[in-house]
Amino acid sequence: MAQSNNSIKKVLTVAFALCIVCSIIVSTAAVALRPMQLLNEELDRKTNILRVANLYEPGIDVESAFREVAPRVVDMRTGEYTDEFNPETFDHFQAARDPATGRTLSGDRDIAGLSRVENYATVYLVGDTDNPEQIILPVRGQGLWGLMRGYMSIEGDGNTIVGITYYEHSETPGLGAEVNNPRWQAQWEGKKIFSDDESLVPAIRVARGSGTGEHQVDGLSGATLTANGVTNMLQFWLSPEGFGEYLARFRGGVDPEDAQEADVELEAEGA
Amino acid sequence: MSAKSVLTTPLTKNNPIALQVLGICSALAVTTSMSVSLVMSLAVIFVTAFSNLFVSLIRNHIPSSIRIIVQMTIIASLVIVVDQILKAYAYEMSKQLSVFVGLIITNCIVMGRAEGFAMQNTPGLSFLDGVGNGLGYGLVLMLVGFVRELFGSGSVFGFTVLQTVQDGGWYVPNGLLLLPPSAFFIIGLFIWVLREMNPEQVEENEFVMRKNTMPKEAV
Repeated sequence: MAQSNNSIKKVLTVAFALCIVCSIIVSTAAVALRPMQLLNEELDRKTNILRVANLYEPGIDVESAFREVAPRVVDMRTGEYTDEFNPETFDHFQAARDPATGRTLSGDRDIAGLSRVENYATVYLVGDTDNPEQIILPVRGQGLWGLMRGYMSIEGDGNTIVGITYYEHSETPGLGAEVNNPRWQAQWEGKKIFSDDESLVPAIRVARGSGTGEHQVDGLSGATLTANGVTNMLQFWLSPEGFGEYLARFRGGVDPEDAQEADVELEAEGA
Repeated sequence: MSAKSVLTTPLTKNNPIALQVLGICSALAVTTSMSVSLVMSLAVIFVTAFSNLFVSLIRNHIPSSIRIIVQMTIIASLVIVVDQILKAYAYEMSKQLSVFVGLIITNCIVMGRAEGFAMQNTPGLSFLDGVGNGLGYGLVLMLVGFVRELFGSGSVFGFTVLQTVQDGGWYVPNGLLLLPPSAFFIIGLFIWVLREMNPEQVEENEFVMRKNTMPKEAV
C-alpha cells in the first residue's frame, strides 16, 4: 500500500482528484452565496453614507433612513445636475470605462492613481435638494495596497467637512485600516476644504504627525502611504477635475464661470 | 484513547495555545472584543474539525511525498468556505475580522492536528480531536477577550459593565489592553495558572545550577 501510494501515477491522481473536489466546493460556496454578499455590500455602502452624514444610529432601519437622502447625478465638467442617468442604477466604474462618459487621466493629473475617471457622479443630498444641509460625495483613490472607496460629507456651504468614511479598502489592519477608526474620523468634522473663498485648489490634507490649523488632520502613525493616498484622493476629487465646479455652486465667493475658466487653464496645462 | 479524553484533553491538559504554544498570532490580533473572539473561535473549531475529518478519511490514499500540500489544500478550501459564509451572513463581523479569517490557513493548530493526529487515526476520533483543539483554542481566546474587553473598553460582549470616563463614568480604561501585546501577558498568566494546576506540564530545566563554591574549598 505504502509503495503504491508513492508511485507517480498515484501522486498525480490524488493531487488531481483533490483539486477538482476542492475547487467544486469552493466555487459552489462562492456562487451560491454571491447574491447575499452583494446585498450585504449594498447595505453596508448605504450604512456608510448615513454614517458619514451623522444620520446613522445603531439599530435603525437603514433602507427607510436612506430614503431621506436624495441621490442626484452631477456632470462634473459643468457642475450641473443631469437627468441623463438614473441615480439609483448609475455605476461609476462602468461610466469611467465607457469612452462616452469617462476620460483617461494622464501623468501628473492622475494624482489619485485612477487612470480613468468618469465625467458624471452620484452625489447624495441631505435636506432640501436646492439648498441642502449636507452634500455627500463619493471619493476613491489608491491607498498603499489597493483602491480605497469612500464618502465625504460636506456642509451646505460647500467648504466645511462633516465627515469621511471608507466602505472598501485593503489597507493593513491596525495601521492603514485605522482610516475607519471613529476617533481618527472624528477629527475631520469642521475642517475646511479651501483656504479662502476664491481658491479652487483644495487645501485640506492629512499631515505627517499632528495636523495644525483648519486644513489639516493628524496623520496615522505607521501608515504614511495610506495617509498620502487619502490626501491625494481628496486633492483630486475636490479640485475642478472632480467636484470643484459642483461645490463652487454652493460657495459664496466663487462664480461657477470662474471655476470653468480655471478648468480650461488646467486642461491647457495638461495638454 | 476514549472519545471523551480526545475531546477534553486539549482544553486544559494539552491546550494548543498554552502548552503547544501554537496559534498565538491570531490570539493576539482578534481578542480586543469578545464577540469577535467568539466568531473566530467558531470558525477555527469548524475548520480544525472538518479538516481533521477529511484528512483522516483519505489518509490511506495520501502519498507521503505530497501529504503537506494535500492537507493545505483541504484546509484552505474550508477556510475560503468559512470566509464566504461570514461575508454572506455576518458581514459586519467579517469586516472586523478582515484578514484573520483568511489567516486561519496558516494557523499552526489546524495543520498540526491534521499532520499529528488525523493522519494516524480514524475519522470519528479525528473529528472529535479537531473539535477539542478548536475548543481549547477558543477557551483561551474567550478568556483573553474577556479580560481585554472588560478592562480595555469596560464592556462584555459590547454591553457596558464598567462605565468609562469617556462616557461620563468613573472607570479609566487601560489603553494597553486594546493593543495586541497585552494578550501576551494574559496568555502568560493563563499558562502559569495551568501549570500550577497540572505540575506535570512544567518542563525540566535544561541545566542545573551548581552550588556556590564554599570559601574553605577555594583555599
